[in-house]
Amino acid sequence: MTKPMYLYPLWVRLWHLANALMCLALIITGLSLQYSSIEYTMIPFNYAISVHNISGIILCVGYVFFLFANRFTSNGHYYQFHLKGMLSRVLKQARYYSFGIFKHEQPPFPVKVGRKFNPLQKISYVFVMYIFMPFILISGIALFFPDLLPDKIFGIGGIHFIDLIHIISGFILSIFMVVHIYFCTIGKTPLSNFKSMVNGWH
Amino acid sequence: MKKLLIINLLCALSFIAFAQETSKEEVVHSKENSNCFSCHGSPTYTYYNDVVERDITKRMNPYFLIDSVLYYDQNHKSFECIDCHAYEFKTFPHDNTLRMEPMPSCLDCHEGDDATAMYNFEVINDEFHESVHSTKHSDEFTCWMCHNPHSYKINASNNSNIRETIIYDNNICLSCHADINKYQLISGNTKPNVIDKHDWLPNQISHFASVRCIECHTHVSDEALVAHHIQTKDKAVKKCVECHSSNATLMTSLYRFQAQENRRKYGFFNAAILEDSYMIGANRNLYLNILSAIIFGSVFFVILIHTLLRILLK
Ligand code: HEC
Ligand code: HEC
Ligand code: HEC
Ligand code: HEC
Ligand code: HEC
Ligand code: HEC
Ligand code: HEC
Ligand code: HEM
Repeated sequence: MTKPMYLYPLWVRLWHLANALMCLALIITGLSLQYSSIEYTMIPFNYAISVHNISGIILCVGYVFFLFANRFTSNGHYYQFHLKGMLSRVLKQARYYSFGIFKHEQPPFPVKVGRKFNPLQKISYVFVMYIFMPFILISGIALFFPDLLPDKIFGIGGIHFIDLIHIISGFILSIFMVVHIYFCTIGKTPLSNFKSMVNGWH
Repeated sequence: MKKLLIINLLCALSFIAFAQETSKEEVVHSKENSNCFSCHGSPTYTYYNDVVERDITKRMNPYFLIDSVLYYDQNHKSFECIDCHAYEFKTFPHDNTLRMEPMPSCLDCHEGDDATAMYNFEVINDEFHESVHSTKHSDEFTCWMCHNPHSYKINASNNSNIRETIIYDNNICLSCHADINKYQLISGNTKPNVIDKHDWLPNQISHFASVRCIECHTHVSDEALVAHHIQTKDKAVKKCVECHSSNATLMTSLYRFQAQENRRKYGFFNAAILEDSYMIGANRNLYLNILSAIIFGSVFFVILIHTLLRILLK
């Protein structure tokens, strides 16, 4: 039995809670907007627009907070990785998830102080937090001011282009969220990771 | 106020755009009209005053100014001024009684006219007479109020640039609803501010640049391409999903001309709208939709298998 480690400081937990709730609201309202129809509506269109806008703004603020906090606290270290050997480490972890886990092997990169994330977690968090979040937030902000967008970008309507970026990033983040929640059930017990994210202790 | 400014700017820009693309076709009656344009085409005019026996220069009433570039680029470009106006306007000072002269109406020339039968003037005429404008102000409100006799050029049925058509058509309405001087030709009321009245509509500027007023304010019929039956405000479209959905019935009027061919296929908008604007809820890319369903399906499937294995092999 390993000693409990305090891995998730309060600010991470609060940020994460806000982030997850906003993402859920955005995904639900976003889907409702994308598939709005006359006969049946999940959420009334203008209501969905307002909720989507407000949660988007909160998410943005939260994201900026996350950037700064990660920059100026030690939590940022968990997001740095060395390219050398990255691929083989990721493959090793992937192999574990696809086979090893069923043979009750030990995880190749067990959690310890200084290594909160396994290589797969690390790479997906970095991609999500430093590539797709900026994409979706910047395109979202741009769609907030549609009249300022250029008429054409690469030959298609400016709004249309930005909207495609927005929708594709939204799609990727939704997939991430599903996979992310599933992977969080792979812990000592299916719920232990969620408990860690609530009380901070692993 | 700022929005109004921007809309006015849009109008101005569009006028420049239209002015620039004057057709190079020969101008039929430029000689005959040049006399009228010598005064009605410039901010000042000069005439010989018999009483004081010298040339006098005066300012032209700006409302009587006619832009010759627009004039020779419109539907009736082949007309002499005196085809519609009295021959006696050739003399100056114009006879005072001339201003009382009744003007011809569209139907005077176009009723039963085979060359323009495809526009369905008779249907439009009936629709117009049921509209708020006509029922509330039957005599003063004529077709000319919206169709400027010296510049109206058809857009809706032959301009492939939807944005231009939208701006053109909306400027027709805004010529009164954003200009108190013209509005009060018809009504003594102080004009309600259209911008304020549409505050419930978010992104107003981009809405007004991408849908026409008549999309929300008319009762659309199948016979005329441009619906003229403008209804009272309580009948106007307020529900977002009437446009923001793939089964939007409304927008078919705007995109009817462009969309006829391509729309059949998927039941929603074709490349014309997909290119020019993006409408939440209405533009769905069939392939992206299928692709996303497949990816989501696979992810859930893999997760399901993984969970089962985890439980079974515990
Ligand atoms: C020498 C300058 C001059 C010429 C040439 C001229 N106009 Fe005018 N026109 C005026 C002025 C000034 C007014 C406004 C004062 C008035 O009504 O007399 C006017 C007014 C008008 C009006 C408005 C009448 C009203 O009050 O509603 C019409 C219509 C008109 N002109 C048509 C023409 C036509 C058509 C021609 C060419 C056949 C023409 N004018 C040639 C100077 C001119
Ligand atoms: C297709 C018919 C037609 C032709 C051609 C035409 N006009 Fe007119 N014009 C009208 C009508 C109709 C009005 C009255 C508009 C109204 O009452 O709103 C008018 C009004 C005017 C006015 C007064 C503007 C006003 O707001 O009251 C002037 C000035 C004028 N025309 C000059 C001309 C000149 C100059 C030409 C030739 C270059 C010309 N028109 C050609 C139909 C025509
Ligand atoms: C004095 C007779 C007359 C009046 C009044 C008149 N028109 Fe015309 N209009 C014509 C003629 C003639 C043509 C064909 C011009 C040509 O081919 O050069 C025409 C052409 C047109 C066209 C263009 C057809 C095309 O295919 O290019 C439109 C649109 C039109 N008129 C609309 C109107 C409207 C709207 C009104 C009333 C606001 C009106 N007209 C009033 C005689 C008139
Ligand atoms: C309230 C404003 C308004 C009034 C009044 C009005 N129209 Fe129009 N009309 C429009 C607009 C806007 C268009 C679209 C212009 C465009 O883009 O070509 C149009 C288009 C047309 C067209 C061309 C349709 C096409 O297929 O392109 C005809 C013909 C026409 N109107 C006839 C009339 C007649 C006849 C009357 C009077 C009985 C009339 N209009 C009164 C606003 C008006
Ligand atoms: C010549 C000026 C003029 C033009 C052009 C014009 N309108 Fe109007 N409109 C009026 C006036 C005046 C009223 C007020 C009628 C009243 O209540 O007395 C009005 C009223 C209305 C109303 C309100 C009816 C209500 O229930 O209170 C609507 C909607 C409307 N217009 C739409 C349009 C649209 C759409 C166009 C362009 C296709 C247009 N108007 C073009 C002058 C104009
Ligand atoms: C998205 C649909 C939509 C569009 C586009 C739209 N309107 Fe409206 N408009 C409405 C509705 C709904 C109302 C009634 C608002 C209310 O009663 O609160 C209205 C009200 C009005 C009124 C009546 C104002 C009053 O209270 O007297 C006028 C005039 C009007 N619109 C003109 C226009 C003009 C001009 C345009 C184009 C620049 C336009 N509308 C575009 C939906 C629309
Ligand atoms: C008459 C049709 C119509 C109605 C009604 C309508 N819209 Fe729109 N809306 C459009 C079109 C067309 C666009 C695309 C704008 C563009 O491409 O510039 C749009 C764009 C938008 C946008 C996105 C601006 C952007 O970022 O591109 C929002 C948000 C929006 N509408 C919200 C609403 C809401 C909320 C309502 C109801 C209160 C509503 N719309 C009613 C036609 C409509
Ligand atoms: C799209 C929205 C989400 C994003 C972008 C996201 C992102 C992240 C990130 C970056 C971490 C690591 C935080 C750190 O310690 O620095 C994390 C951890 C965690 N998240 Fe999320 N998350 C999202 C949604 C959710 C949801 C909805 C849940 C639960 C219902 C969840 C549960 C967890 C748990 C339990 C952890 C801790 C385990 C671990 O570190 O892997 N997340 N998440």
